[in-house]
Amino acid sequence: MFQLELRPNSSALWTAVTPVLAVIATMIAGGFLFAALGKDPVEAIRVIFLDPLLQPYTRSQMLVKAAPLILIAIGLSMGFKAGIWNIGAEGQFIMGAISGGAVGLAFYPTQGAWLLPLMATAGALGGFAWAMIPALLKIKYGTNEILVSLMLVYVATNFLGGMVSGPLRNPEGHNFPESRSFQDYASASNPELFSGTGIHYGVLLMFAAVIVAYIIMNRHILGFQINLTGQSPRAARFAGVNPNVLIAVTLGISGALAGMAGLFEVTGPAGKLTTNFPVGYGFTAIIVAFLGRLHPVGIFLAGLVMALTYIGGEGAQFVLRVPAAAISVFQGMLLFFLLAVDVLSNYRIRWVRKEHS
Amino acid sequence: MDLSSINPVVLIASIMVASTPILLAGIGELVVEKAGVLNLGVEGMMITGAIFGFAVSVETGSPWLGLLGAMFGGALISLTFGILTQYLLSNQVATGLALTMFGLGLSALMGQRYTGTKPPSFPKLDIQVLKDIPYIGRMLLSHDYMVYISLLLVAAVWYFLKFTKGGLILRAVGENHAAAHALGYKVVRIRILAIMFGGACAGLGGAYLSLIRVPQWTEGMTAGAGWIALALVVFASWRPWRVILGAYLFGGVTVLQLNLQAVGVNIPVAYLSMTPYLVTIIVLVFISGARTSAPASLGRVFHASH
Repeated sequence: MFQLELRPNSSALWTAVTPVLAVIATMIAGGFLFAALGKDPVEAIRVIFLDPLLQPYTRSQMLVKAAPLILIAIGLSMGFKAGIWNIGAEGQFIMGAISGGAVGLAFYPTQGAWLLPLMATAGALGGFAWAMIPALLKIKYGTNEILVSLMLVYVATNFLGGMVSGPLRNPEGHNFPESRSFQDYASASNPELFSGTGIHYGVLLMFAAVIVAYIIMNRHILGFQINLTGQSPRAARFAGVNPNVLIAVTLGISGALAGMAGLFEVTGPAGKLTTNFPVGYGFTAIIVAFLGRLHPVGIFLAGLVMALTYIGGEGAQFVLRVPAAAISVFQGMLLFFLLAVDVLSNYRIRWVRKEHS
Repeated sequence: MDLSSINPVVLIASIMVASTPILLAGIGELVVEKAGVLNLGVEGMMITGAIFGFAVSVETGSPWLGLLGAMFGGALISLTFGILTQYLLSNQVATGLALTMFGLGLSALMGQRYTGTKPPSFPKLDIQVLKDIPYIGRMLLSHDYMVYISLLLVAAVWYFLKFTKGGLILRAVGENHAAAHALGYKVVRIRILAIMFGGACAGLGGAYLSLIRVPQWTEGMTAGAGWIALALVVFASWRPWRVILGAYLFGGVTVLQLNLQAVGVNIPVAYLSMTPYLVTIIVLVFISGARTSAPASLGRVFHASH
């Protein structure tokens, strides 16, 4: 019979090792899943985890997929650390894309180097404003931010539907519910900067966000306040942390980052606003944040791993005829395993003989 | 636009049907939260129940077996949440989210074979005498059995929590798990059972969607109903009867906006479809002003240290 004994401090070694363990466990369980679907498990794991690393094209796609995930996850991690749960990044991502995209389309067909920065600002503001709704409601009325931010995802999805079949619909688009293509509008597009690398402005922003977040979390008073609040809200209050400010700041940062991620996605890889534009990056980013241990560098690595499963998953759909949904099962399992092995970093396992008291 | 074409009798009848899935999931989650566990995976358990129920009922041809299958599926997937949070002491918020993601993926995977299939139809309360009562008959007394079962379930939960020893223990575990443990109650075991009950109820709610209300299988068909069920519990201030009130209110908003869409109100469909979610937010804001009556140990990790 085993017992769990709380560690005074979580083990640094296990904190680093457990995400790797979780990935391995997911691979094994995923193998069983594919076997159950009648596919060769070894082949499936190879297609998903190895093949994308071997080809230059898919390698460059990894940064493209990882950029929005990492950008959003970096923002979310600050809130999560402080116990502020922004679950609605998907909504902030959508609103960022809509508001930034709308600004760009408003200037159509004017060209100018100022346009994309303006759109990025508008995108950040859109995501920021959307995240401020749960923040202000929580500060003013104590409303649960989890439920509000999540409900706002559905509102944003519907709002997107209304926009692309109304004000933002492409006037030359035969009434299809989609906006003009940003890729055909040079100043408003977010192109690949170095051919063959997949690097676009969003990727550069992502690198900047990782570095800035690292500095904030380790060297800045805000990072100290976030960490302190996460460990002991009461102690944080005595240390002079204003919890309301922290709610507004963390939700605001994550909203703005998600908004910018949305803008760079819609002007770059996605190309235009359609109802199919949101593919759940805002939700997957939650897994990325946890897989990365809410640490900027960890999130960067976790984002790459998650991007790998996306690209490998697409490959598996094509090569093995595995349904798209198998990948979300995969990602869900990854989070499950991660949470399960977490016990090792916070608790020590003791084997004890069963005693009668 | 012609608002007079909305028939109030039909409107109320359809509100009852629209509210039943969230009522079922909501009452299940209420029990879970009364035991001090916050399971954010309702959406995942509902959709799992939806596909389990659908698959079983298509394969066996029996809608009742389908409902059983849905309860089994919901309880089974909630057990993963239970093991993770109760034995491996994981964070309940994160684990609930994982459960939702996993459930959405798993159901989509399982459901591929069933898109476009029609499930066997579900029996209705078909008593001629009751049906012939003017207005009331069509409005309240001619629904499928599940509508009434869901109401009975709320009554049963209310009775259980208020008048039985088991209910008292469950509430004690939710209010103060350390004290309950000291008294010798098996906190973890009780919570696991509550979680599985919640899973079974959510599964039933999901199956109500796929087998009765819609009735067919589409990927992601719960569309946030599980999250609304979570909001319902807050709205109800953890009191069983108020879950009915809340569920019928949310169901009412959903049906009303669908009706407005149907009669062609001059507002784009997309904006009307937002209303249930917006109303949920507004209600949450109003509720959060009131004195909180949440179980004191809600969402806290229990670890019996010696």
